Amino acid sequence: MDAILLQILNGLDKGSAYALIALGLTLIFGTLGVVNFAHGALFMIGAFCAVTLSKFLTLSFETVDPTKTDFLGQPLKVKTPYVEAWFGPDFGGALIDWAVPLSILFAIPVMITVGFVMERGLIKHFYKRPHADQILVTFGLAIVLQEIIKQVYGANPIPTPAPDAFRGSFDFGVLLGFDPSVIIYPYWRLVYFLFAAVIIGAVFAFLQFTTFGMVVRAGMADRETVGLLGINIDRRFTIMFGIAAAVAGLAGVMYTPINSPNYHMGMDFLVLSFVVVVVGGMGSLPGAVAAGFLLGILESFASMNEIKSLIPGIDQIIIYLVAIVILLTRPRGLMGRKGVMED
Amino acid sequence: MLGLDKKDWTLLLIVAVLALAAPFILNPFPAGSELAQFNAGYPDLMQRFAIFGIFAIGFNILFGLTGYLSFGHAAFLGVGSYSAVWMFKLLSMNVVPAILLSMVVAALFSLLIGFVSLRRSGIYFSILTLAFAQMSFNLAYSVLTPITNGETGLQLTLDDPRILGASATADGSIPVTNLFGLEMRSTFELEIGAWLFQFNAGYYLCAVIMLLAFYAAMRIFRSPFGIMLRAVKSNQQRMTYTGLNPRPYTLAAFVISGMYAGLAGGLMASMDPLAGAERMQWTASGEVVLMTILGGAGTLLGPVLGAGFIKYFENIFSKINDNVLHGWFSFLPDGLEDLLVSIVHPFVGKGWHLTLGILFMLVVIFLPGGLIEGGQRIVRLFRKKKAPRGEDADHHPKETPHVAE
Repeated sequence: MDAILLQILNGLDKGSAYALIALGLTLIFGTLGVVNFAHGALFMIGAFCAVTLSKFLTLSFETVDPTKTDFLGQPLKVKTPYVEAWFGPDFGGALIDWAVPLSILFAIPVMITVGFVMERGLIKHFYKRPHADQILVTFGLAIVLQEIIKQVYGANPIPTPAPDAFRGSFDFGVLLGFDPSVIIYPYWRLVYFLFAAVIIGAVFAFLQFTTFGMVVRAGMADRETVGLLGINIDRRFTIMFGIAAAVAGLAGVMYTPINSPNYHMGMDFLVLSFVVVVVGGMGSLPGAVAAGFLLGILESFASMNEIKSLIPGIDQIIIYLVAIVILLTRPRGLMGRKGVMED
Repeated sequence: MLGLDKKDWTLLLIVAVLALAAPFILNPFPAGSELAQFNAGYPDLMQRFAIFGIFAIGFNILFGLTGYLSFGHAAFLGVGSYSAVWMFKLLSMNVVPAILLSMVVAALFSLLIGFVSLRRSGIYFSILTLAFAQMSFNLAYSVLTPITNGETGLQLTLDDPRILGASATADGSIPVTNLFGLEMRSTFELEIGAWLFQFNAGYYLCAVIMLLAFYAAMRIFRSPFGIMLRAVKSNQQRMTYTGLNPRPYTLAAFVISGMYAGLAGGLMASMDPLAGAERMQWTASGEVVLMTILGGAGTLLGPVLGAGFIKYFENIFSKINDNVLHGWFSFLPDGLEDLLVSIVHPFVGKGWHLTLGILFMLVVIFLPGGLIEGGQRIVRLFRKKKAPRGEDADHHPKETPHVAE
């Protein structure tokens, strides 16, 4: 029982990342009808927003401290970040410590802008072209974005730690009445899961309870009719693209303490996220979220030693295997709607 | 003759001449000169031209004709490589059985994957092939290590059995791949003046096989089978309504293109007998997509051009470093020189993929027909100047009286 619970918890953080990326992919697909292969790159750009902000906050100047010497006998050079000098060591230190969560504020405008520019500048011209062309051009864009990031930040992963307060793990099992230290769970993963839940909830609430969301949902169902009613649906869909980009970017920002960001993290997640979208059902938002968590948890179960000894290698292929089985038995995915991508 | 009309013969002859004279054509600059770094006439690169040409020709039979975009073709190439290396390990160092086996294994593998994946079309097909390829890649890395030797890659060793050959040569080294005794790495060098031309046995094998593959693709393009494949691309629904089942045709196309990929993989292993799992990764599948689109999907010559183009520039661009750039711009004033170097720097050397990505996007946006369409547009531009409204005559026939006068 405790082992099962532990695997479910382990699967949650990866599942949250899948769910967030797949949610954005589905939003773009459902509104604009575009298959966006550059969505993984948006996730990566989000992660590098966090890297940028934490680098920016730790920009420092050097002073020579004559009272101390280093091991060579030279006067010690002390690096002081500008923020600590300006706001005092307490507040400045806290700012640096909390760089990753703070990056959320920084990433939202950046990602929305990136999304707008991408949609207006490139994807707009591909609505009428075949899906293969959309895949190809966004695939090209993903390569370009990833190479730019590689040029700027280098090819190595950049560690970006979580705030001190969340750095350890806590004994989750005790809360539920298990023996101590059976279920140990890092704080940040819990934060990531809660964050993902909030974002997903916010997106659904936005679509469900606001007038804007209602129009968007109507447009997803029948774009032409909504247009005929005199509503500028294109503008709203552009905004949805920006929101989808922001969702992917935020998923990336918060993921940085779990996995140090590198330039190909987007591509790694993209392939899996597409599988998630297809399993969930193309164009179905709840399907994407459910499939994201489902596959994340399945992956973590498959990497248990007991299961690996039973079927060797299953942890490597479980997601693809599930995708193949689902596509062949339920061609529309778990919750796919009729008439989507069936031309 | 051989089922080709005059136009196709010309095309085939041009390709044949280009391929067979490649050591001359690709070596226009004298050795040791400043421009010698742009020469591509050395065996390793020429082999890659031919091998990736074959790979792209095969991919084009599936994507160009039927419109099914596979993102997992590298898996067949990898499987072909592995089976060829196993043939070298177990049977003999002759490349013929190795290449044949790699084609057979790739055909079986693609039959299996195609049978499942072709039940869906569009993006679902792309994702399914991607999933299968990633699965094979992951398995090759982990569980199948006894067969694939995992991360190290499959290599020849001195204690391989090699039933029909020797485990080791007389001087105790691993024997080299050969074609009935003709060593693949043997190179005949010809020096004319300052030029050094290299004629490599391995390259000529690749080139001849590429010509055969090109001829086969040509026949497929012109055959009733090829027309059926085009029908799948243009309107599958209509094809079904006329009472034809598209599935056998698409499956046949998938297996044929899988065999081409296997052939390319087998040749790759014949030139350099080792095989690694990274050949099956989805980035490798993406590369063949780039080649085909860049050259021109659905055309005969396009994929070969695209493969050559990408492999050539990958090789040349990655050689250019800051010193070379400074050399080029040295005639400019210092400040301007540094500025130009820093502008060009991100696009060359290790930044080659950035250039490739930008180029690829530009092609998809402005030239969906690839380099071939670009060439045709230029030709048309010149023709138009010579013979104005020559084309319009066909499209807008003059009004003819309904009743004969």
